[in-house]
Amino acid sequence: MTPLLEVDDLRVHFPTDDGLVKSVDGLSFSLERGQTLGIVGESGSGKSVTSLAIMGLHNRRRARITGEIRLDGENLVSASADRVRGLRGKKMAMIFQDPLSAMHPYYTIGAQIVEAYRIHNPVSKAVARKHAVEMLRRVGIPRPEDRVDDYPHQFSGGMRQRAMIAMALSCDPELLIADEPTTALDVTVQAQILDLIRDLQRDFGTGVIIITHDLGVVAELADDILVMYAGRAAEYAPADDIFNRPEHPYTWGLLGSVPRLDREPTDRLLQIKGTPPSLINVPRGCPFHPRCPYAELNGGRSESVVPELVDTGGGHRVACHLPQETKHRIWAEEIAPRLEGGSNG
Amino acid sequence: MTRYILTRVLGAVLMLVVTSIVVFGIFFIVPRLAGQTTDQLAAQYVAKDPSPEEIAAIKQKLGLDQPVVIQYGRFVKGIVVGREFQFGPDTEYCPPPCFGYSFKTQRPVWPDLVDRLSVTFSLAIGASIIWLVAGVSIGVLSALRRGTFFDRFAMIIALAGVSLPIFFTGLLSLALFKPTGVNYVPFTDSPFEWAYNLLLPWITLAFLYAALYARLTRAGMLETMSQDFIRTARAKGLPERTVTTKHALRATLTPILTLFGLDIGLLLGGAVLTESTFSLPGIGRYAIDAIGNNDLPQVLGVTMLAAFFIVVANLIVDILYAVADPRVRLS
Repeated sequence: MTPLLEVDDLRVHFPTDDGLVKSVDGLSFSLERGQTLGIVGESGSGKSVTSLAIMGLHNRRRARITGEIRLDGENLVSASADRVRGLRGKKMAMIFQDPLSAMHPYYTIGAQIVEAYRIHNPVSKAVARKHAVEMLRRVGIPRPEDRVDDYPHQFSGGMRQRAMIAMALSCDPELLIADEPTTALDVTVQAQILDLIRDLQRDFGTGVIIITHDLGVVAELADDILVMYAGRAAEYAPADDIFNRPEHPYTWGLLGSVPRLDREPTDRLLQIKGTPPSLINVPRGCPFHPRCPYAELNGGRSESVVPELVDTGGGHRVACHLPQETKHRIWAEEIAPRLEGGSNG
Repeated sequence: MTRYILTRVLGAVLMLVVTSIVVFGIFFIVPRLAGQTTDQLAAQYVAKDPSPEEIAAIKQKLGLDQPVVIQYGRFVKGIVVGREFQFGPDTEYCPPPCFGYSFKTQRPVWPDLVDRLSVTFSLAIGASIIWLVAGVSIGVLSALRRGTFFDRFAMIIALAGVSLPIFFTGLLSLALFKPTGVNYVPFTDSPFEWAYNLLLPWITLAFLYAALYARLTRAGMLETMSQDFIRTARAKGLPERTVTTKHALRATLTPILTLFGLDIGLLLGGAVLTESTFSLPGIGRYAIDAIGNNDLPQVLGVTMLAAFFIVVANLIVDILYAVADPRVRLS
């Protein structure tokens, strides 16, 4: 059986006056039905650009998209705009970071869900409305038959994101892309939304892609995690491997920058030095080498050769020049102890 | 919603009272502050080289010797119940709403204003329909085809439209299309003649506003199209047509409608330049003449009327805004 989603050597380039912006440059991954993939990276690593490319939401005149995005075996990159539009909302749906600005301020929550449902399902308004109420109930909105007529600004942030999810799932899509679904929410609400996504995924059997800059968000949710850097995959592995046996120095940095309650308050967080590279002039060789504390261990190869994403065993793929034993040693001796709770760093 | 409307109406009424006090104050206190004595004021209303007795008499008749509060009270009373003016041996009755009595034309101000209002109203209605339709559709098309020849051409024309003054475009169009001038014919006399004669003023006035509205609509539309909720609409799988009309245009139009209401209010108070250029006997023309003749009651009346339209337009816009934008209703 073909995977639900296969992305193969995806490149999304934007020609600008300053040069070609290579937002995504040769990215490949796949997602099975009912599975969750977490895509993690800093701002500008290409996570959102990737998700918009899957949804076909880039302006085709401004973005150059090559490679293949196969949804259920059908290549979306070469499909007509109209064909992709027909799949949007029905077979693949998306929820966004800020649910307030992502909803139309002048239409009621119900009207917006009804609209999403009726594009793809030829039913009467009354039927669609019933469905909207039902969807709101399923995402845990109290008194949905009353609140269906409220406007987005009358909902709290968490409720709005629930309503967004209800809207996205109204046509029972096979693929749900959640772009930073909890970033704009209160911490207490974040966990509720993540639980909701997981529960609904179980009920609907949806394949989910969660895009985030926060590894903590995907820790309990994701089956696989794809760590992106400068438009490419740095590490792509089962979630368990990412958290317990990470092999890329960038992933180490991401893990170290997550604050933890069980760490000594006097410990400094690990930080990744420098800033993400310009996507117009991506550093030669390994794009991470200017920020990598271990780059010199490779004797110049980091500056000249782009590391391939290679499987180091058990589906654990990493793009790094460091020899396997060196990576394991650095992780075990330098990084892991600092991440353990209660150590003196 | 009802409460919202009630508070707005109350606010508007209060605003009208305040406006009337300020306007009245400007005309009756400021001359005094500028050093004009009551005698000098009164002297305007009698023949040349008046005797002190004549001045004293007219002062008393006009009530200029009364405190300004009393004078204002009489003015308001006139608006509500009408008032009598002694004029020579005769007593002229000025029926309500009495906005004053012009001693120069020997006529109450209000009926003249009503007369003129139909002209200004005709001008504003026709022009506003043209500019709203033309401006908004050109703005939307320009935004959707940003950077194309159509967009650039339309925006150059629009730039010309906002830059060229009415007395230039008006005179030019008169010279080109109607060298004999425009004769206003009331709608009730002949709707066809009415429209035929007003067409040129309509288009001239609409050109200016259409240009403004096209630019505003284009800018608003471009901003709206980059909003998150437009991306959401596309993500639902809506056809692009629905995205632009139901989602983008709907959000763009709300501020445009606000502006539209205010512009209409402003125009009803007198399209001074257009009416002067095309010799239309409207409110604006009346105001110009009143000022030229130094006819204080007329100026006072027309100022009050213009202020009234602005306040009412504001009120209507406020209410419409609450209907159009659900976020306004609660706050």
